Amino acid sequence: MDTAQHELEQVVYQRPESLMEVDTHYCPGCTHGVAHRLVAEVLDEMQVRQRTIGVASVGCSVFAYNYFNTDFVQAPHGRAPAMATGIKRCLPDRIVFTYQGDGDMASIGMGEVVAAAARGENITVVFINNANYGMTGGQMAPTTLPGQKTTSSPNGRDVETQGFPMQAAELLATLEGTSYSVRRSLHDPKNVRMAKKALRTAFEVQARGMGFSIVELLSVCPTNWGMTPLQSLKWLEEAMIPFYPIGDYKVNPALAGLRF
Amino acid sequence: MPPKGRIEVNENRCKGCELCTDACPQDVISMAAERLNTKGYHPAELIEAGCTGCGICAIVCPEAAITVYREVSQRAASAEA
Ligand SMILES: Cc1ncc(C[n+]2csc(CCOP(=O)(O)OP(=O)(O)O)c2C)c(N)n1
Ligand code: SF4
Ligand code: SF4
Ligand code: SF4
Repeated sequence: MDTAQHELEQVVYQRPESLMEVDTHYCPGCTHGVAHRLVAEVLDEMQVRQRTIGVASVGCSVFAYNYFNTDFVQAPHGRAPAMATGIKRCLPDRIVFTYQGDGDMASIGMGEVVAAAARGENITVVFINNANYGMTGGQMAPTTLPGQKTTSSPNGRDVETQGFPMQAAELLATLEGTSYSVRRSLHDPKNVRMAKKALRTAFEVQARGMGFSIVELLSVCPTNWGMTPLQSLKWLEEAMIPFYPIGDYKVNPALAGLRF
Repeated sequence: MPPKGRIEVNENRCKGCELCTDACPQDVISMAAERLNTKGYHPAELIEAGCTGCGICAIVCPEAAITVYREVSQRAASAEA
């Protein structure tokens, strides 16, 4: 391609600066990678990369600290919102977010996230719901669907003995300290775009000191679901979304009229 | 005329998941059948003309492996100047 032509070409998409130039350990097609990319794009756009501190959880995303080009710490299982609380209270000018799976946040860590939301901590939670424990081999999570087969519910989740799944975005929306609680999905380009907007809004909530914000992202786990990446996107859309509707469960009225 | 674009795939970062090939509205991405990357996957590549630089492949790529370029039309470029 000659230079004259080059001058007439613009870059419409490139890897965000808030991601490190490294490979991830995620399985092919795992949408943890998409969620990372979206968070990084938002941090770039808000120009807050250099004053952001992430809190990684326990789960497949435990190595998030190697992938984001921001400061990062790693919390004990489920405790990321408690750690984020301490960091944000000591360093209120920083943007502080946790990145947690459903085994981490909705099971062992449900107490921490509920308490942090009730206190209205000015932090942002990125919550990845892939309906199982990915890292440890696909066991049943609090988010596993009724009837869903996992390695620890081989006959399908029986709600009689194992209870019903947790709908985290709806649940956390009931708390006074929560300013923003929404659910989005990562299964197609339109929904990925909507997910990015929601993440931007959540970080803007924090930047404005408006309290607790959470974005629940429906995500795939092709490896433990025993599907190809494309099959898993379809399963997410057809099986997960009916139980986990995409929607805004709480939006602080002070956000009305703000466009990012 | 639709805009003209192209993509560059960071081949060694690609994990061959095929999310981009499925999402591309122009069907101009395919997995390079004759080539393996350092991870052992057939990487995604642009196979023919017709890319519009829409960016949809990059939006779905979990590895952030795709850079998207779009030609700026002569008229638009001179209008901007
Ligand atoms: C205190 C403690 N209990 C249990 C474990 C085992 N463990 C590791 S990751 C994990 C769950 C991860 O699932 P999730 O949070 O859904 O993340 P994913 O891997 O699916 O992204 C569990 C139970 C642990 N590491 N520490
Ligand atoms: S096990 Fe599942 S959640 Fe973990 S990286 Fe692989 S696909 Fe993603
Ligand atoms: S930019 Fe659009 S048209 Fe071009 S390869 Fe990607 S998805 Fe296809
Ligand atoms: S979406 Fe990304 S990782 Fe997947 S095949 Fe395309 S370029 Fe490779």
